[in-house]
Amino acid sequence: MIDLVKRFINKVLRTLFNKKKHIKLGLYGPPNGGKTTLANRICQDWLGEDMGTVSNVAHETREIQIKEQINIKSKDGKELSFNLVDTPGIATKIDYEEFIKAGLKEKEAKERAKEATKGVIDSIKWLDEMDTVIIVLDGTKDPLSQVNITIIGNLQARNIPVLIVANKTDLKKASVKRVQAAFPQYGVIGISAKYGDNIDAFYEGLFALAS
Amino acid sequence: MALTIQFVPYHEIEDLGSARRVKKLIDLVKENKIVLLQGRLKKEEETDLIAITMEEIGAKFKGIELAVINPESKEQDFLKKARNNFFGFLLGDRQGFTIIGPATVVKEIKKDPNKIELYAKEPLKKRKSK
Repeated sequence: MIDLVKRFINKVLRTLFNKKKHIKLGLYGPPNGGKTTLANRICQDWLGEDMGTVSNVAHETREIQIKEQINIKSKDGKELSFNLVDTPGIATKIDYEEFIKAGLKEKEAKERAKEATKGVIDSIKWLDEMDTVIIVLDGTKDPLSQVNITIIGNLQARNIPVLIVANKTDLKKASVKRVQAAFPQYGVIGISAKYGDNIDAFYEGLFALAS
Repeated sequence: MALTIQFVPYHEIEDLGSARRVKKLIDLVKENKIVLLQGRLKKEEETDLIAITMEEIGAKFKGIELAVINPESKEQDFLKKARNNFFGFLLGDRQGFTIIGPATVVKEIKKDPNKIELYAKEPLKKRKSK
């Protein structure tokens, strides 16, 4: 009941302030989709600095990272200001032995697993705080995992606008069409956050979503 | 290695609050059972399930594999959808199935509209004693 009331108040506030140009923009998705790479791309493009470290080992981002006051401009002169929230990847299982296989020592792997579980919980807790969310998916993988469906379903239930990014289009296996087919009711933009491919289309999508 | 699949009819969880529903399912999974739940959890309960799973992860429990099979047809007309949503709101979502398996037993669950493929983890080979 308290949850319902909280959600109703959030919804009313969100409607009242819907026209604000300063928003909290969250990057969500499974581990290793490229959330931090995209966050770094955005921060490099508009602030000239990185936001966080990236790694091939999953769960590199294990704490919520916030970069405040990023101002972006569109080609036709529109402006958008947001706080960028990079979240730990959401997963349903975490096994420290996977980190050992990736080259970490046992103690380090166990610590990483412990922090990663806390990171997932924090990501979920922060869902309610977001005004707009970018779902960052690895374009080379099956987009219809239950984690992706659950996150997107939750955002839909909270009336939070969502843009889906099919990342890693620089890789041969990537398929933007597969992601579009999986989530036909959402805008899907294929990018390579690592190399900046199609990043202008991403910014345009962001303007359209936030306006 | 034998796998245990436990069927949980919706009526077994319908009178429980969200937290107890999720706890009941996780407790079954922690017994190394694959849970086949009639219907599905609410959207927020699905995220609670993930969050509570994370809290429970330890030496033996490594998390879950989760899949929701929803028979809802894309071609379903508006009235049918509205009716299902209405009854779903009142009575809970009994359509489809939710499969939850322990990650130590279930490697992956793949689904498409017509079939579910559940990949079990290979049991560890016993080392030969010299």
